Parts: sequence; C-alpha cells; structure tokens
Amino acid sequence: MALDKPYGDIPGTIVFDSDMARRGFHANQFCMSLMRPENRERFLADEAAYLDEWPMTEAQKQAFLRRDYNTLLQLGANVYYLSKLFFTDGQSFEQGAAAMTGMTREAYRAMMLSGGRSTGDHLSGGGDG
Amino acid sequence: MARLAAGVAMSHVPAVGAASDQGRTGEDYWRPLFAGFEFSRQWIAERCPDVVVLVYNDHATAFDLNLVPTFAIACGEEFEIADEGWGRRPVPNVRGAPDLAWHIRQSAIEDGFDLTSVGGVPVDHGLTVPLTVMFDRPEAWPVRVVPLAVNVIVYPPPSGQRCYALGKALRRAIESFDEDLDVQVWGTGGMSHQLQGPRAGLINRDFDARFLDGMVHDPEGLARIPHLEYIRDAGTEAIELVMWLVMRGALDQRVREVHRHYHVPVSNTAFGHLILENAS
Repeated sequence: MALDKPYGDIPGTIVFDSDMARRGFHANQFCMSLMRPENRERFLADEAAYLDEWPMTEAQKQAFLRRDYNTLLQLGANVYYLSKLFFTDGQSFEQGAAAMTGMTREAYRAMMLSGGRSTGDHLSGGGDG
Repeated sequence: MARLAAGVAMSHVPAVGAASDQGRTGEDYWRPLFAGFEFSRQWIAERCPDVVVLVYNDHATAFDLNLVPTFAIACGEEFEIADEGWGRRPVPNVRGAPDLAWHIRQSAIEDGFDLTSVGGVPVDHGLTVPLTVMFDRPEAWPVRVVPLAVNVIVYPPPSGQRCYALGKALRRAIESFDEDLDVQVWGTGGMSHQLQGPRAGLINRDFDARFLDGMVHDPEGLARIPHLEYIRDAGTEAIELVMWLVMRGALDQRVREVHRHYHVPVSNTAFGHLILENAS
C-alpha cells in the first residue's frame, strides 16, 4: 500500500514532504550555503558558476537565476531555505512572499493590513488566481 | 524538587524582534501588538521562573537537511544568537540549564520519547523572539533556557497527540528533577499563516480563535487536529501550532487563562499569545 498523501490538491500550496526534500536536497543546501558572507559574495559575483558547484538539475539552476520562486517550490525548494536567497538579494521575507503571490509588495502589504487572505478566497489577488 | 506552575504560548515572527531591536515599537504598525505584552511583562516579573523549557523550531539555522531531528533537546551551557542573514540580533546570548536538560533527556527517553540531544546550538528568532516578548530588552536574560527544538519544516512534523503527550512526559521529567527550581514551559510558533506560494498571506481568525479557546478548555480535542486541517484551513506554517500542545500537555488538565492577546497582521502572520496557570 502506498502512503496516503492527502495534501496535494490544496490551491496554491506545495507541502515540503519527503518527496520534495529528496528532490530539492541540493537546491536547499545551496541556499543554506548563503548563510556565509564569503559565499554570498562569490554567488553574486558569478551566479551561474556558483550554482554549477552544486549537483542540481538544470531546471533548478535556471529557476534560481530567474528568481522564479514558485517553480523552485515545485522543484523541491523550501521557503525557509529560499529566504537565504531573499536576504542575499537584499529583500525581506515579506517581499519574497509577495513575489510568490504575483502581487506587488504594496498590494500584498495592503492585503495583510486588511486582515490577510481569507480561506474562502485562497488565491485572491494572486497572479495565478 | 522542581515545580511547574504555568505555561506561555506565543508566535515567534522575526519582525517582532527587529521592531524591538530597532526601537520601533511605538510606531502605528507595532503599538497594538506590543501593548498586548505589557501585562505579560508584569506577570513574569512577579513570578519569574528559574528555567524555561522553550519549545521552538529552528528555521534552517542550526539544522539543515543534513540533520533533521524530530525532537531535539539542547543540553549546552550557552547558546549563541545566530546571524540569520540580516545580522545577529543585538540581544544577549542565552544561558542553558544543562543539568536539567540532561535529566529531561534521560527521563523522556525512559518515558517513550527518544529525544535527540544536541549541545550549544546557535538559536534563531524561533527562540529569541519569545524571550523579547516576555522580557523586553534586558542586559541579560533573567532566566536559563532549555531549548527543545521540534521539526515543523520537513513534513510531517510530529502529530498533535505526540506533542501533547511529550508535554506530559516533560512534566514528569521536571517534577522528578531533584533541585529546587521554578520551571515554565513555553510553546511557540503559529498562528495562522502561509509564507509560500500563490496562497501566501492566508489568515484564518476563526481557526485561531477556536485554537485559543481549545488551549484552555479542550486541549485533547486540539491534539486530534490532523496536519491536513492545519495546512488547509490555516496555512502551511500554521502547523507550528503543534508546539503549543507540548506546553499545554505539561500543564494540569484544568488551567486558568490569565492573559490572551491576538493581533493581525505581523508581517505575514497572525500573532497569538496566551498565559495559562495550573488551576488545581
């Protein structure tokens, strides 16, 4: 019997389970390396060369170069690891989250100030919604 | 023997630490949140414990995918404040309580909880923001801390029931420690929030209100909430709330709610905070 994984159809949501951790292991460990200032410098100086040091798929590397966070989530990256890249880019967590919703930072902030996204309207204002 | 009379729960949003560190707590955005901490700071000044067992999660700081303990108890003498990528928070290092931590490890394993023990791990906002909530900006933290890290990042975290039962094992461990100590257990994280993907920004006030009520009157009902329900109804990161159940499990069946505070938004998150005292 296969394991029951009942969380695959929640709109706009990828659960970072064992399958995703397996798929994204090296992508996340790359992000983790950005905790060290000397690695941030080397990455920013030549992103493609730094990414080539990690045994990632080409699709993962391209998504990192494009800062395509939603694709990265599908390819096994986890948002807490991605946040190391947000900070390397001088972005806040809130900016990173806004980018994943397809909203501007201002629109996202306004949504939060008005009480956040409601459960009845999971993708309101989102780029995919 | 050591005693446990109260528990505290709160969200641990990093922006709360930044607002405190940068002296911005009087700004319009922050004032309503920090106003809810005034009672808590008076309350704890009057009954400051010797040690806090602080249930938190590491956010890819001390642990990465090379090491993902489901439950880890930190037995170090001191914990450095981590640089999470925006500079180290200007708060004091955290003093450990290694005698108690090692005792809890042995007691809990004999009680069916195979805790991983770690030493002096660097600690991130998951551990330091709760200290800021309760103690503001002291020269040195007035308590020693036993960090108890729970994996809530790589799915699945331990179940609510397992966390609640761990709280009961913690209580037995604390009360079998042969030293005259006042101990509190704090549970951190939550409440409703989702930080990732197109659904980021999700908040569910009704879910949160039910959870806060349940912490007081129906913790066993809360412990039965399946992971899917947290994720679907309150966001992927709301699953951190299982850590509140460790705290609740350590308290008596009957508790007195002495303080409740709830505020939306804090950055991407609904902030919740409870102080509970044993009623019997």
